[in-house]
Amino acid sequence: MTTHLVPKGISLASRRGFLRGAAALGGAALATPFLSRRAFAEPTELTMLAWYGHAEPDVVAEFEAENNVRFVPKYYTGGDNMLALISQSPPGTFDVILSDAEYVQQLNAMGYIEPLDPADYAFDEFFPEFQQFPGHWVDGQLYSVITRFGFLGVAYNTDALTEAEASTYDVFWDERLKGKLGHFDWHLPNYGEMSLLAGNASPYDIDAAAWAAVQDRTMTLRPNVGGFFDYGGTFSSLESGEMLAFAGIGDWITGVLERNGAKVRSVIPEQGGLQWTESFSIGKGSAKADLAKAWIQYITSAKGQVKSATMAAYPAMVPNQKGWELLGQAAPEEARRQNMVLGQSNAMDLIRSGRIQYRQLPIQQSLEEWADAWSAYKGN
Amino acid sequence: MFHYNATNLPLQGAPGSLGRPAKGAAKKPPPRRRRVTLYGLTFSLPLLAWQLLFFLAPLAFLVALSFWTVRNFQMRPDFDLVNWATVYSNPVFWQTYLRTLVLAVGAAALTSLLAFPCAYAIAFKLSEGARRWATFLMVIPFFTSYLVRVYSWQIFLSDHGIINALLGRVGLGPVPMLNNTFGTMVGYLTLAFPLVVLLQLFSLVFVDRRLIEAAHNMGARRLRTILEVVVPSARVGLVIAALFCFILTFGDFVSPLYLGGGNPPTLSIMITDTTKAGQQWPRAAVIALTMIATLLAAAFGAVGYAYKGRAR
Repeated sequence: MTTHLVPKGISLASRRGFLRGAAALGGAALATPFLSRRAFAEPTELTMLAWYGHAEPDVVAEFEAENNVRFVPKYYTGGDNMLALISQSPPGTFDVILSDAEYVQQLNAMGYIEPLDPADYAFDEFFPEFQQFPGHWVDGQLYSVITRFGFLGVAYNTDALTEAEASTYDVFWDERLKGKLGHFDWHLPNYGEMSLLAGNASPYDIDAAAWAAVQDRTMTLRPNVGGFFDYGGTFSSLESGEMLAFAGIGDWITGVLERNGAKVRSVIPEQGGLQWTESFSIGKGSAKADLAKAWIQYITSAKGQVKSATMAAYPAMVPNQKGWELLGQAAPEEARRQNMVLGQSNAMDLIRSGRIQYRQLPIQQSLEEWADAWSAYKGN
Repeated sequence: MFHYNATNLPLQGAPGSLGRPAKGAAKKPPPRRRRVTLYGLTFSLPLLAWQLLFFLAPLAFLVALSFWTVRNFQMRPDFDLVNWATVYSNPVFWQTYLRTLVLAVGAAALTSLLAFPCAYAIAFKLSEGARRWATFLMVIPFFTSYLVRVYSWQIFLSDHGIINALLGRVGLGPVPMLNNTFGTMVGYLTLAFPLVVLLQLFSLVFVDRRLIEAAHNMGARRLRTILEVVVPSARVGLVIAALFCFILTFGDFVSPLYLGGGNPPTLSIMITDTTKAGQQWPRAAVIALTMIATLLAAAFGAVGYAYKGRAR
């Protein structure tokens, strides 16, 4: 009896042909990745340590496509968290580092960032106030480039408070806000605002007596506090109306909610506001320093600044005047909303009139002392 | 007048037994020497290795870490008592510790009380098939993320949420239910309730039904039967269920933060605050070790109580 291993109707000759064809096809399929790699080089990975949103497609997609780069982000929440991540990583782990401006000095002091050549960046397009940003230069040497900034003041629910009512930090003690006042859970912006309320012209450079007064005054606010929130909690509690006012935040939170139709806004109170600032540096030991430099050049150029100003995660103002011009053309409504329109009263006037102070690390006390005071306040 | 309780009656799990043997009625056989065999080692070694790798080694590291120091956001191996002194001399730590303890004990008591009628009904009132379905329904919550369940509670509990909207229709509220202790407790119940029901249930289904019948025959009413027969008979399971609830809630971070608003904070929130403020992992280790010591003490105490006076 014959066992037919070959299906009937397929001759041996045709079977060989079939096998040859299959082998050729298989070989071609296996070789395709190598062929395509030759034709289209694999994108270079660029690691970025940043707040959430900075390496998302709405910001980086164009740069990635133009430079055949793929960002690999590591997101952090807060400057201390950033320093912790760097200190636990070997040199060269992060090519690009975004940090809050007050931490640049520490990054530099600990040797985590490379010196930069100012000629590489479009400082001549920047507003004069941002061309020599404090802490970014040491003995004439540049270490970091400011990329965006925003103001912190009183964030409020527009159904609960009027702009006039919210225009003073005293509103935080309002009876209507009992259990409805939220804190962004970070001591620096909250105590900074309380220090402004206490009349300290330099809110972070205060002596022991003034610091004690700030703590005492803040403690009286405790009965009104409804909660201490992280980034997500701040968003949801404001959006749901669970919190009617917030200390320690600004348009970087309310702007996102406002764009989505929530009835929240931020205002700079009469006692003044704080400025948060974000800057880019190149990580020490980066093997891709040139690409990192190209990224900083891109994001601080007029085109990149528009992307930065309209970043989906949280909006911000930008230091490049040409960026303002381009934003006015590309997104005039957002430019108006963020008070970034040239030729009329705008955000820069607030800085120039002295109503805005830079958020800083405490100067006469240790960071730990402020953090411990904040823990005591929370636990009370 | 007679008095009965569960210990007068035949021992649970020993059907046919006539009770405890009289003193001196039978001599205990001499204890057999246990021999370590390869067969026994094969089965016990993985557990030992697991405990060494994933409990004792990290615990030892945590102890060592608590003596390290931090300079310029960098941890340095050291042997310094400064972290213990700093944490233990901080009154805020003790306030937070006490608060966390009270919340967890309260959650264990509340959850046990609410879970018991549910477990009792499933164990004694439902048919075999319905019991299987009820058990399955209690397992279902574990299919979804606890974080997602907690977040979804915000929709119900907020001032403009579903519950307050319903209360508003009858002219009540809004009742503050979010960002306070009530919210935290709701989260704790979400976390522990199904597990506590299941643990209580597994204990209740093994209660010897003849004990209950005997109690009824002796004229005990239902509540008295439950309190003096069912509860003592299922004591081990009930205590272990409450213990699990305590363990889960004592260290929980999600509910106190997202439903309690971190207001006031618990120890788990304090740990994250400590690590965020200046990279103080060694101080966070001190807090964590204190929590572990508390949990171990609670576990030994509860297990000791559960098996107290029971034949082993």
